[in-house]
Amino acid sequence: MRPLEDYLVIDFSQFLSGPSASLRLADMGARVIKIERLGVGDICRTLYTSNLIMNGESSVFHAINRNKESFEVDLKKEEDCEMVRELLKKADVMIHNFRPGVMDRLGFDYESVSALNPTIIYGEISGFGNEGEWKNKPGQDLLLQSVTGLTSLTGNADNGPIAMGLSIVDMLAGAHLAQGLLACLYRKVIKNEGGLVQVSMMESAYDFQFETITTFMNDGGALPQRSLKNNANAYLGAPYGIYQTENGYIALAMGSIPMLGKLLICEDLLIYIDIKEAFDKRDEIKAILANHLLSATTEKWLSLLEPADIWCADVLNWKELMEHDGFKVLNMIQEVEMLDGYKYETTRCPIRIDGELLTSSKGSPKLGQDNQNIIKEFITLNAVTNV
Amino acid sequence: MSRPLEGVLVLEFCQFLAGPSAGLKLADFGARVIKIERPKGGDACRQLSIKNLFVEDDSLLFHTINRNKESYAADLKNPEDLEKLKKLISKADIMTHNFRPGVMEKIGLDYVNVQQLNDKIIYGMVTGYGTEGPWKNKPGQDLLVQSVSGLTYLSGSDIDGPVPFGLSVSDIMCGNHLAQGLMAGLIKRAKTNKSVLVEVSLLESILDVQFEVITTYLNDGGKLPERSSAKGSAHAYLSAPYGMYETNNGYLAMAMGNLENICALINCDITDLYLHPNAAFENRDQLILRLAETFKKQDTQRWLNILETNGIWCAEVLDYQKATALNAYKNLDIEQYLDLGDGKNIKTTVSPIRLDGLKLKSAVAAPKLGINNREINQEFKIT
Repeated sequence: MRPLEDYLVIDFSQFLSGPSASLRLADMGARVIKIERLGVGDICRTLYTSNLIMNGESSVFHAINRNKESFEVDLKKEEDCEMVRELLKKADVMIHNFRPGVMDRLGFDYESVSALNPTIIYGEISGFGNEGEWKNKPGQDLLLQSVTGLTSLTGNADNGPIAMGLSIVDMLAGAHLAQGLLACLYRKVIKNEGGLVQVSMMESAYDFQFETITTFMNDGGALPQRSLKNNANAYLGAPYGIYQTENGYIALAMGSIPMLGKLLICEDLLIYIDIKEAFDKRDEIKAILANHLLSATTEKWLSLLEPADIWCADVLNWKELMEHDGFKVLNMIQEVEMLDGYKYETTRCPIRIDGELLTSSKGSPKLGQDNQNIIKEFITLNAVTNV
Repeated sequence: MSRPLEGVLVLEFCQFLAGPSAGLKLADFGARVIKIERPKGGDACRQLSIKNLFVEDDSLLFHTINRNKESYAADLKNPEDLEKLKKLISKADIMTHNFRPGVMEKIGLDYVNVQQLNDKIIYGMVTGYGTEGPWKNKPGQDLLVQSVSGLTYLSGSDIDGPVPFGLSVSDIMCGNHLAQGLMAGLIKRAKTNKSVLVEVSLLESILDVQFEVITTYLNDGGKLPERSSAKGSAHAYLSAPYGMYETNNGYLAMAMGNLENICALINCDITDLYLHPNAAFENRDQLILRLAETFKKQDTQRWLNILETNGIWCAEVLDYQKATALNAYKNLDIEQYLDLGDGKNIKTTVSPIRLDGLKLKSAVAAPKLGINNREINQEFKIT
């Protein structure tokens, strides 16, 4: 059995942060019902990336919302709200990521929902919290990266700010929400208590940076300085970085500089005997390394370094990765199927429980595809007279 | 508020970042986390410093990751110590480790053996690349995992070559996944009354981080991501204006938005480049460069005034000094002090999760190596 079997999650959230949390709960065994706006649904359905539309909807929507059901409602109509309230009475978890105030207006704020169902676990994600002058600022990933200092860590010193090229803050907020919900589900099992879990993207972005921001706080406010070239971490010395070779690239993690000089037959590196120089002179050391590594292939360098237990790796793109046995053995890709028979490939949950891969063949839902079944199963006729 | 994991005992055999960051999350949720450390040196992270910052004998880095925990020093190769640990394991709810495959089998503390000691244990394992296949013994180091995962082709511009994320993102996401799996394990155990095995790896975690774009790749005829050649572009799959732009006194970030609206507001002529909506993607490089010329002419605040009042998604790009001076930062109560005794303290972040309206604060600093041995021996009647 999966850990969250028999749990019901009612998910009002859109885009990535909230839905990525409910996807995790779904893969752990919960039944997730998306509450979607009449005629439109989760805005992510039409949020196209690279113009890739799959079966009428964005590829991103399909990745985030597989293994879920869709209940299409008009929350401006009282009878629809009544149906949602009926669902919430039976739910274990509710999730939303509306801006502060929206759920209060709709009557689905924590106070109202816990009055309906005192043991519900209510999860919400905001951009910048529910108070203060930024509470209505859009909680968009790139903007969060920009205002939390995150863009000063990636890329080289002269690049200006460089964003991480994924919606990383959304995913962190989703991961943190899932943690809070799971912690409260455990408390519910033990004590039969409900709970409120709140996450903001801003706090999640700082949790991600907890090492570097703690360093900043205790270092007299000195800002992170990326290396001039081949930077991979502003706070680490040479060789830490990715270097071009004759036929590709090689990643080098930690390692003693003279030792690297010996193994790579690069005499210029032998003089950096003092361990401190790896950081203090990292720009000059990295320049020597960068120049030297251009002179032979990645395979050649790996064959010199790996037997000596130097931490290094080839740099792969997805095609090269997916052709590698090291990837294939993970069984990371699964095929899922939508109700209309449309099939697509996507990744699976990254967690294994009791040796089992938490796969699921259920694709993403078409807008409102589960309305009838949900009404039949959960909504009693006397509760909703107008259905 | 009762913290949800109160009464849960966690033994952490993990070192470095991935495993210990999961332990920290559980500790903030109320679990009691005991680090099991080598008597000589302990968690290797104690000596791994950044900028040579130490707090007494241990690195600031170690303090950041291991606050709110206890330390029990024991030598896994010493039979007496191993017996003591077995007693502790028999009382624990969770144990975690990140040894390379095979190490715990040799010691006799692999999942099968531990179940004999405690048939209700939640056993968490972190590896670099899983327990099978040609990469299973490769060092599970963050930059190397990023490098083989394809992640380095998503940031920066296409002339940069591979660009890694400037933080240990595989470790941190893997720690988040481990924490999720362990709590799911606790829930499962509450129903079955049986032990649970939870396995995560850095590689699977960093692939999960890329799940949206990998799904796009898998269904897009194998077309690899193409980053823009324009400086400041911020996402291989998103069209202009998405990116960072230099102004005459700093930088401005522009999220997705209607190009025609934006260009009308900032007075930038794109009529020759933006012929139809798809052009925002197709002519992305030129459009970003064109917008960059305009943004360079005024200061950041002026652009924000124009754009924000019209509902355009944008923000100033801030460094740590400016970011931590924001009212929004202060309102969210992101910092806390750890008590080092003798009136000394260090500042760090608080758990990002609020429960029942409260932040999960804890002033307990990271433990000195083996500092809790005596009281733990007494409490668990270990002799």
